[in-house]
Amino acid sequence: MAASDVKLLGASPSPYVNRVQIALNLKSIDFEFLEETFGAKSELLLKSNPIHKKIPVMIHNDKPICESLIIVQYIDEVWTSGPTILPSDPYDRAMARFWAAFVDDKWYPALKELRMAEGEEAKTAALEKLMEMMTLWEDAFAKCGKGKGFFGGECIGYLDIAFGSFLGWLRVTEEMGEIKLIDEAKTPGLAGWAERFCSHEAVKGVIPETEKLIELAKMFQARAKAQSQN
Amino acid sequence: MADVVKVFRTWSSPFALRVIWALQLKGVEYETIFEDITNKSPLLLQYNPTYKQVPVLVHNGKPILESLVILEYIEETWKENPLLPEDPYERATTRFWAKFGDDKLVPSVRGVLMTQGKEQEEGIPVVIETLKLIEEQLKGKKFFGGETIGFLDIALGWTANLMCVFEEVTGIKFLDAETFPLLSAWIENFSDVSVIKQNWPPRDKLVLKFQAAREKCLAEAATK
Repeated sequence: MAASDVKLLGASPSPYVNRVQIALNLKSIDFEFLEETFGAKSELLLKSNPIHKKIPVMIHNDKPICESLIIVQYIDEVWTSGPTILPSDPYDRAMARFWAAFVDDKWYPALKELRMAEGEEAKTAALEKLMEMMTLWEDAFAKCGKGKGFFGGECIGYLDIAFGSFLGWLRVTEEMGEIKLIDEAKTPGLAGWAERFCSHEAVKGVIPETEKLIELAKMFQARAKAQSQN
Repeated sequence: MADVVKVFRTWSSPFALRVIWALQLKGVEYETIFEDITNKSPLLLQYNPTYKQVPVLVHNGKPILESLVILEYIEETWKENPLLPEDPYERATTRFWAKFGDDKLVPSVRGVLMTQGKEQEEGIPVVIETLKLIEEQLKGKKFFGGETIGFLDIALGWTANLMCVFEEVTGIKFLDAETFPLLSAWIENFSDVSVIKQNWPPRDKLVLKFQAAREKCLAEAATK
């Protein structure tokens, strides 16, 4: 299929965009990556996603699809040759969807809460909440992966993509907060999985280096502070 | 082996109603377990330790959680009366608007239902604007699903009976027929479908419940 048939509007530091990149890579789909400039939304983005005005937006044969997890499901349903992303069994699919939604609805907000927490009390509370969730993830990995290397079993799948795309920002939170969220001792399953995921062919080169994300995090923090002081 | 299907719900939960509608539309037999939210059963807590809430669908002993996830599961397991369109792009659009309803409409309505004074006043245009976006999705269609009800009708179906309950509780009109001709017609058509009609919780009980919930919320906010 010609590269121009598939366009991805996004920015590499966005884990939501990374989800789509990994899904496209997994299916060996050629696409044009239109990088958005931070702080200035392009005409194409505003036209393609008028409701949320957010990335990622995938444009396939001139039709826009929005919301990262919806895009990943769309990719799985359109490109049916090659590896499947969602599991084939309906119960496994439901588990994958449940935990993928958990990333967006609970886990990532908790991660952001920890990064933004000010004062010892707030930081301790935020960390406790997040550590409880990491235990849930370790259990989920055992249940969904069924003893194999990925949440999807032997191959990376929907939940690996949904959660794994956030490993960059997870590492940022660990380094900046001097904490360990994924620990070989406490969460051995996740530790092994994280390494396997990041070195996977479809993932290599997608998630930016932690140092680069830390620079961005510091810039966001500085901006937020400046804005709140005005 | 016969399928054993159980649904954990409360009498009023609009999210649980989605599951009931989908199962009935597909002719699936199930057992209902009514939960008391103030006194949750050990079984519910065992099946849903993460969120501890309804609805939960248990199929042959395996629990499925979160109403939209449950709808997808029901669609994939029982093939009669498909709820999602076949075309992947239309499926993506349906899923987008179902998520929009939960992520935007529900919080905006809650923002008016549970507030008063200036905060409530400021919340009303947000609800109206959100409803206008949804109204546009009905252009040229009887139902969101086309000629028959589908996934998105079920996802947004709570508006067909709860919006007027909220209007009574707050004294604010959200869905007037002039501003929302398509949604108003949809509410009538949707409510007329027998599976929908026979499952509405009693209206007077809903009004009392949400009146009490609003009063409790306002009292809590006042003590902060």
